Amino acid sequence: MMYEVVGGVLIGLAATLLWFSVGRISGMTGVVSSVFMLRDVQRHWAFWFLLGLVLTYPLAQWFGLEISIQMTDDYGLILAAGLLVGIGTYLGNGCTSGHGVCGTARLSPRSIVATCVFIAVGVLTVALMNALFGGGA
Amino acid sequence: MNRAVLGSVLSLMSGALFGAGLLLSGMNNPEKVRAFLDVFGAWQPALIAVMASAVLIFGLAFALSQRMDKPWFADRFHVPSLLGIDRRLLFGAVLFGMGWGLVGLCPGPALVNLLSFDHRILLFLLALFVGNRIAHGVVGPAK
Repeated sequence: MMYEVVGGVLIGLAATLLWFSVGRISGMTGVVSSVFMLRDVQRHWAFWFLLGLVLTYPLAQWFGLEISIQMTDDYGLILAAGLLVGIGTYLGNGCTSGHGVCGTARLSPRSIVATCVFIAVGVLTVALMNALFGGGA
Repeated sequence: MNRAVLGSVLSLMSGALFGAGLLLSGMNNPEKVRAFLDVFGAWQPALIAVMASAVLIFGLAFALSQRMDKPWFADRFHVPSLLGIDRRLLFGAVLFGMGWGLVGLCPGPALVNLLSFDHRILLFLLALFVGNRIAHGVVGPAK
């Protein structure tokens, strides 16, 4: 549980730093969309945020942190999931970070509803897959 | 250093802190996330602690920021302007929840895993970006 708490604290501090410094909500959906706003990209906060985010992986490796990525090898499933997440987060204007962490912390009813819905649907999806495929997906 | 440069530097640091939090907590590991969502099976609830501590800290920070006129290096706080709970929000959250449950990846963890160059992560990110553009094409610019 220790790593989860420390990780959550870091995420909370990251969101705080972005909010206090440039007044932006650290939502990954917005960051993804901003990749397509190429005009003046280097002046955009999301460009620097994204750069810092992706550089963490090699940096953590260099520091010797053990990182595991365990997931399905089913390319069809991955493709479907990526499309659903891309479309869904765009339509809902947010994901786990923007709605789940920042919006919930701001007590935004919109974000709290979105968070409850995507967690509930996520739970149902996993339960349904386990029932249909015996958890071997 | 001027305000714009300082803002960019702190945005970079915020992204790095966010990434460190995702990696340290194990949120970047799709099977761990799926185990967290497996409430009716072999449930591993530990990831609740990630969300709870992040929400607690940003909740305090947001409350504190109500006493600030503006951010340190920008002209105003960009509070999300959408307030309504409409069908678009609910439909989006349902689609997102389905995709999240299918493989256990949401946008942040997928992005932080980018430089692992794992083919599965790259495929997911490609599909995520395509999905983002499909939705953009259908419903117009993000609000």
